[in-house]
Amino acid sequence: MLEWGNDIYKAVKDAGVGQVAYVPDAGHKILINACIADNDIKAVSLTTEEEGVAVTAGAWLGGEKCVMLMQSSGVGNCINMLSLVETCRFPFAAFVTMRGQWHEFNPWQMPMGTTTKQALETAGCLVDEVEDPADVGAKAAATLHKAFVGQQSAVLLLNQRLVPVKTFGK
Amino acid sequence: MSDRAESFPLHRRDVAKTLLNARDDTLIVTGLGSTNWDFTAAGDCPRIFPLWGAMGGAVPMGLGLALAQPSKRVLVCTGDGEMLMGIGSLATVAVQAPKNLAICVFDNERYGETGMQATHTASVADLALTAQGLGIKNAQVIADEDALTANLDAIVNAEGPVFRVIKVRAEALDFILPSKDGVHLKNRFRAELLGPGAV
Repeated sequence: MLEWGNDIYKAVKDAGVGQVAYVPDAGHKILINACIADNDIKAVSLTTEEEGVAVTAGAWLGGEKCVMLMQSSGVGNCINMLSLVETCRFPFAAFVTMRGQWHEFNPWQMPMGTTTKQALETAGCLVDEVEDPADVGAKAAATLHKAFVGQQSAVLLLNQRLVPVKTFGK
Repeated sequence: MSDRAESFPLHRRDVAKTLLNARDDTLIVTGLGSTNWDFTAAGDCPRIFPLWGAMGGAVPMGLGLALAQPSKRVLVCTGDGEMLMGIGSLATVAVQAPKNLAICVFDNERYGETGMQATHTASVADLALTAQGLGIKNAQVIADEDALTANLDAIVNAEGPVFRVIKVRAEALDFILPSKDGVHLKNRFRAELLGPGAV
């Protein structure tokens, strides 16, 4: 049920993205693997999400578009680094798989999952959300356009209904 | 806290001048905050991007730049405190292994902007060993003028990633400030590198 990852990959390719910075994530598996396999995309595995914000800024300084992939819990790690995006008006595009929304098994995911949108908006990002898999491709393309053509900080939240329910076998 | 850094022979402003003048085409990212003032004093110019905030971001920003511009030499110069805050980024650099990236940490063993309190390198932390452990094998310490001279070619020309800890004297210096307008700093850098159409 994660085939929408192919739609984001197509949008990323159509936008001419040269770097993808990511933290390993089950929801983004298809997209991450497609980027790793693509010789025209430099796939950068991060140790923490805030690194990715700085990588995207450095890429733009060098004339290349970089997209960030992460989970909602990682948004909290980015907040101060997003001051770089806000202060220098770097274009920023991120796709965030959500936790803490739909059949969440793990209460530790709730604090960040329920406040992701507010946290990003407080940090100056424009936030959209998608729940219907049929809309993912169009919304991904719109997010990339907003970032790299409109030169905004644009984040698309991928609702937890888009990913399989996680139960840890319980 | 050890006071040893107060008698380190290398002065950071001299080191910055040496690194800036070693090549006239390096792209330089400087970290919050004293390395900004060092490079501004050495010669503020569009190919330097100084970070006034985003602590811990100098190395990953240099990485994004180095990956985007593989034919250009990219040099990140930052302080020991800033490096410690983004220490995991050295592992990220090691995995990418950009041949055009060098990282120099100006290590005065102090947090300069907050009152010269000791960083972790003043007692036990060794950043060169850490870099090696995280996968950057070409990592060494430079502690005096002879070593700096001997390492200059490695910093600006050798296959990266190159990591050098440059032990610099803990000293109070005048603030020589670059513009703090982030949009201006971004635009001047891109115009220099990519041409006026990039702004």
